[in-house]
Amino acid sequence: MDFLVFQYPMITLQACLDGILLGVLFALIAYGMALQWGVMNIINIAQGDLVILGGYIAYFMYLYGIHPAWGVIVAPVIMYFVGIAIYKLVINKVVDRDLFISILATFGISILFMQLMNFAFGADVVLANSGYGTTMLFDNNVVLPNSKIFSAFISIVFAICLVIYMKKSKLGRAIRATAQNARAAKILGVDTEKVYAATFGINAALCGVAGALISITFTIHPYMGLPYTIRSFMIVIVAGLGNLPGVAMSGMGLGVFEEFADYILGTEFRIGSVFLLLVLILVYRRFKLSRKREYLK
Amino acid sequence: MNKNNLILYIGILIFGLAAPFVFPAFKVQLSILCILIVLATTWNIQGGEMGYNTFGNILFYGLGMYLCASVQVGMFFPLAEWTESGGEKTFVHTPAQFFQGMAMGLVVAAVVPTIVAGLIGYAILGLRGHYFAICTLGLGVAAGEISGGIEIIGAGQGFTTPPFPNVGGLEARGEFFYFLSFLVLILTFIAVKAIYSTRFKLILNAIRDNEDKAEAMGIETMKYKIIGWMISAFFCGLAGGIMGGLVGYIDSTDVAFDGREMGVFMVLMAILGGKGTLWGPVIGATIFHVFKEGFWTFFLGWQYVALGVLIVVIVIYFPEGLMGWLREKYPERFGEVVDEADRKAQVEIK
Repeated sequence: MDFLVFQYPMITLQACLDGILLGVLFALIAYGMALQWGVMNIINIAQGDLVILGGYIAYFMYLYGIHPAWGVIVAPVIMYFVGIAIYKLVINKVVDRDLFISILATFGISILFMQLMNFAFGADVVLANSGYGTTMLFDNNVVLPNSKIFSAFISIVFAICLVIYMKKSKLGRAIRATAQNARAAKILGVDTEKVYAATFGINAALCGVAGALISITFTIHPYMGLPYTIRSFMIVIVAGLGNLPGVAMSGMGLGVFEEFADYILGTEFRIGSVFLLLVLILVYRRFKLSRKREYLK
Repeated sequence: MNKNNLILYIGILIFGLAAPFVFPAFKVQLSILCILIVLATTWNIQGGEMGYNTFGNILFYGLGMYLCASVQVGMFFPLAEWTESGGEKTFVHTPAQFFQGMAMGLVVAAVVPTIVAGLIGYAILGLRGHYFAICTLGLGVAAGEISGGIEIIGAGQGFTTPPFPNVGGLEARGEFFYFLSFLVLILTFIAVKAIYSTRFKLILNAIRDNEDKAEAMGIETMKYKIIGWMISAFFCGLAGGIMGGLVGYIDSTDVAFDGREMGVFMVLMAILGGKGTLWGPVIGATIFHVFKEGFWTFFLGWQYVALGVLIVVIVIYFPEGLMGWLREKYPERFGEVVDEADRKAQVEIK
């Protein structure tokens, strides 16, 4: 453990910028999770595995000679249908049930996906090389790969498109109505079953975009899904459901935290520190809430 | 205890004592079965009786495993040199050292997780529902990742537990670990059965059914939740310590804090058998272990695919488990008084 990183402002700046660009991606995944949590009241443990699957789609395009950046168009389309299929097969049977049932069921899907991806694509760590080069800032002291800037830009574009879609389109209105009150929406003629399927599909598509971007900027591996789930869960509980600026802010905060944890604790504790942070946030939340309860007493 | 039950218990005891001699080839499998039953039964205290669905009992299991092995080595030899590659070949335990170390290690492996459970429980047992589930999932994975970075217990390359000393012939190792795990199983069962016949179980059930009302009735729910978790941690730690010796090799994420396998297995076994019953986890663990070993043997490589499908199917179609299904079918056997007219009316409504 060393805090030398704070004595070199350029390295600090580098870590901050890296973290922010990474955090935008996390925020995109977390937005999908917030969407389905708010609408269907389901916590999808397989979220991270959908991300990795999207990453493999882009990676395969790269292998067949297509530029992996096109993956951000192709991956969401494929993932949308994967999401619908998962919904039809499993999720629609657990929507109205106990939350733990849905957590366990999606845990099962997660294990299944992990292993199927391991069979299909092998257990190697892979990345799709975009060949975008790097940008040098501040007298070449800060190095930013262009692919990271590209991925952050694309994430923001997709997020803005989605927000506009949710505000303006008919389906978006139906989704928001179902999130507010599923029963009332049903009475007023919204086909909630269709809305649920579409929500899950949109979530999977968002995961697909994020996965394609991750395969360009970082690396993907069949077993790397669970940390993404935990990150997005953490972002959602910090920001709250349906609070997009909050999701973006806490996503970037998490990204910066991770970069600094990487420098200070060492890379081998990076994932562990994310999980520990989750526990700490939940514990903090519990003590804050219990203080609120004491006022009532 | 009525006569039928007594016969059943004596029958199981005799079977358990005779099993390693009747099925000598299955000694290791039977020991693992005992450990699995212990894990499922202790998970049931939280998940079934208390309504707190935890993925975090794996934490105590892994902690017990590392502690038992560390104490067993550290009592006689320098631990850091042991965990460096090849250390287990330089130092050799004499039989007396091995058994002393094992006994001491098991004591530590039981006590420390209990204390840890008390401390962590105070912090996180106030969380409700899915927040608790995800938090414990995070704890289990974090423990695995962090223990994989600590040098003195072997870091990423693992920790070889002391090999069994050369006493009592070839069969001695299997028999020793079998009877040890069987003893822990009996202890767990007696303890859990004793707990379930007291007011403590009723309090746990009250917490499950409605925690706020239980609090309003004047029950200090926090105290009972923590005690419940400490009981689980005690037996999980013991089970982990034995499993470490049995497997002979500890890896941070694949053996000790294996949230993806053991951590889910204990939940599944309890749900398969029927959570909230005394016998459910025992039956569930037995069926699960037989199924798992069959599948692991004949479809090697596809076991995780099968596991994923199994989880989804069990959770969707048998959320009440085997005991729940039996209870619905033969309610009289479970001491529920059923009015014949009432039952007929129910059938007609369906």
